[in-house]
Amino acid sequence: MTRLVRRQGWVAGLLVLFVVLLVITRLIQPGYGSGDFGSLVRAVLPYAFAVAAQTIVVIAGGIDLSVGAMMALTSVTAASMMDGASEEYALFVVPFVLAMGLVLGAVNGMLIVVTRVPDIVVTLATLFVLQGAALLVLGAPGGAVAEWLRATIVGTVSIPGLPEISAWIPKALVLLVVCLCVIWIPLKRSKLGLSIYAIGSSELAAFRSGVPVARTKIIAYALSGLFAAMGGLALTMSTGIGAPIPGPYLLASVAAVVLGGVALGGGKGGLLGPIVAVFVLRLVRTDLTLLAIDPNVTAIIEGAIMVAVVMFGAFITMRGRQ
Amino acid sequence: MSTTAIQPVPFGRRLKRFMADRPLIPLIILLVILVVVLQILRPGIVNERWLANTVKFAIPLAILAGCQTMTMLTGGIDLSVGTVATMSAFIMATQVVNHDPAVAILIALVPAVLIGLVNGIGVGVFRVHPLIMTLGTSLIGTGCLQVYQRTVIASGAKIPPFLAWLGTGLTYGVPNALLLFVPIAVLIVFTLNRTGFGRLLYAVGDNEGAARLSGVRYWQVISALYVISSVLAGITGLLYIGLIKAPSLSLAEPLVLPSVAAAVIGGTSIFGGRGGYTGTIIGALILTVLTTLLTILHMPEGARRILFGLIVLFVTAAYLRIIEDR
Repeated sequence: MTRLVRRQGWVAGLLVLFVVLLVITRLIQPGYGSGDFGSLVRAVLPYAFAVAAQTIVVIAGGIDLSVGAMMALTSVTAASMMDGASEEYALFVVPFVLAMGLVLGAVNGMLIVVTRVPDIVVTLATLFVLQGAALLVLGAPGGAVAEWLRATIVGTVSIPGLPEISAWIPKALVLLVVCLCVIWIPLKRSKLGLSIYAIGSSELAAFRSGVPVARTKIIAYALSGLFAAMGGLALTMSTGIGAPIPGPYLLASVAAVVLGGVALGGGKGGLLGPIVAVFVLRLVRTDLTLLAIDPNVTAIIEGAIMVAVVMFGAFITMRGRQ
Repeated sequence: MSTTAIQPVPFGRRLKRFMADRPLIPLIILLVILVVVLQILRPGIVNERWLANTVKFAIPLAILAGCQTMTMLTGGIDLSVGTVATMSAFIMATQVVNHDPAVAILIALVPAVLIGLVNGIGVGVFRVHPLIMTLGTSLIGTGCLQVYQRTVIASGAKIPPFLAWLGTGLTYGVPNALLLFVPIAVLIVFTLNRTGFGRLLYAVGDNEGAARLSGVRYWQVISALYVISSVLAGITGLLYIGLIKAPSLSLAEPLVLPSVAAAVIGGTSIFGGRGGYTGTIIGALILTVLTTLLTILHMPEGARRILFGLIVLFVTAAYLRIIEDR
C-alpha cells in the first residue's frame, strides 16, 4: 500500500513539476498559448512513443538500445513508401509499418532468448543492423507523407460549445493518449501484463511460478517494437519526411524512464510516469529556447540534464540494492 | 585431464577448445583468407603500397579499438571515443592557428581528460551503465563542439606539418604512424599483462564482487581506466586528422562501431574478464581489409553497418557457447 502511494506520489509530483514549468513558461513568454502547447505536444509525440517502447522493456527487466534505430527505419520506410503514392495507399502503409515494428521487435526478443546473449549486447547489435537498413532504404533525408496523416496531428479537436477548452487539446495529444491506452490498459489488466512485471521483478521466481519467461520476453520486445514503429510514424508525420539517422531518442527514452519512476532493474513503475517525464524534459527545452539561449547550448544543457537524471536513477537503484 | 587423453574428443569440440585457447590463429587465418579473396577479385591490388595504406588506415581504428578492449575487459564499453577523437582533432586544428603546435595539442587533450573523468565518475561512483553514460557524454561533447565551432569560425583551421607527416607519410615504404602506434600497442599489452593495473581490469571484469572483497577500490580503477581510454581516443584524433586532413564535426564518428566490432572480433569478451590487445589489432586489420573488400564490391554504407552488427552478435554468441562448453 505504501509503495502504491509512493509510486502515485512520484507521478503526481511530476505532474506538479510539469504545471510549475508551464507557469514558468507563461512568465517567460506571456503570449505562450494553446498554439504553442500544440507544437510542444507535436514535438513530444515521437519522444513519447520512444519512451513507451523503452518503458515496457525496462519493466520486463531488459533494455532496448535499438529504439532510436527502429524509429529511423520505420520512419524512412513509411516516408519512402508514401513518396509519390496516392493518399489511399497510406491506409496500407500505416499497418504495414506497425507490423514491421512488431516483427522486428519480436526478432530482438527471440535473439535474446535463443542466443542467451545479454539484452544490452543483442540490442546494440540490432542497433547497428537497423541503422544500416535505414540507410539502405533511404540514403539521405527524404520521402513524403500523405496529407491526411499529417492532418491527424495538426490542429486541435473541436468540441462544439467549448472552444476555450478544446483549443488546449491538440489532436496530437488525443492520438498519443488513444494509441497508448489502446495497448497499455488491456495489457496492464491481463495475465500477460502481470507476467511482464513478474519476469522483470525476478526471472527465476517467475519461471518457478509457471510464467512462460521466453514467450513473455519476446512479446515485451515485440510491443516495444510496435511503440517504436508508432514513434517512427509520428516522426514522419510531424516532419513530413523520413531521416535515416536517428535523433537522441535512445538517451532521452532512458532518461525519461528513470525520471518517470521506473526502476532500471525492472518490475516496477508504470507508463504514465515516463510519459509525464518526457513532457517535462521537452518543456525544459522549450523554456531554454524561449530564454533565447543558443540552441547548441540548449543541446548541452539538455544532454547534461539527461545524464544527471540517469546518474541519479542509477544511484537510487544502487542504494535500493544495498 | 587424463580422461581427455584416453577418450577421443570429437573434432568439433577439439576445434572449439583450440579456438578458445589460441584465438589468434583462427583470426590470422581469417585475415589471410580475406587478403586472398581480395587478390582474386582484383588481381594485383595486393602490393607494397596497398599494404602500407591498409596499415595506415587500420592504426587509428586499432587505437580506438584498444580503448574498447580495455573498457570491455571490465565489462564496460566506451562509445564516446568518436566524439573525443573528433573534439581533440578539431580543437587542435583551430588552436594551432594562434598557438604553438605543442600548446595546441595540450589544449586539445583537455576535453578528452574531462570527458574521461566524467565517464569514470559516472560509471565508477554512480554505477550508470557504461553504454548509457558514454553515449550521454558524447552527446554533450558534440554539443560543446558545435558551440566551440561558432567561436572559431573566423580563424580557420590548419594541420601542423608534423601531424600530416605522422598520419600519411611513409619512410622506406613503412607508414610513419607506426612510430606512434608501436609504442602505444606495446604499452597497452604490457599494462594489461604485466602490471597491477592491467590485472585489476581483468579482476574487476571477471568478478566484481570478488575483486571488491579483495580490496580493489572499484571507482578508482574505473575512473583511471576511462581517463586513459579518453586520452588514447584524443591522441587517435590527432593522428586521424593527419591522415584525413579535413577537420569536421563528424571526423571520427564512423570509427566508433568498427572499433567495438574490432575488439569483439579480436576475442575480447563484451562481458569482461577475457581478451587481450593483440587479438584486437588483428581484428582492426581484418575490418580494414573487409572494408576495402566491401568498397570493391560496391557495398553501400548501410550494408556495412548491418554486417558489423551481425558480426558483433554472432561472435558474442559464439564466445558464449565456447565459455559454456568448458
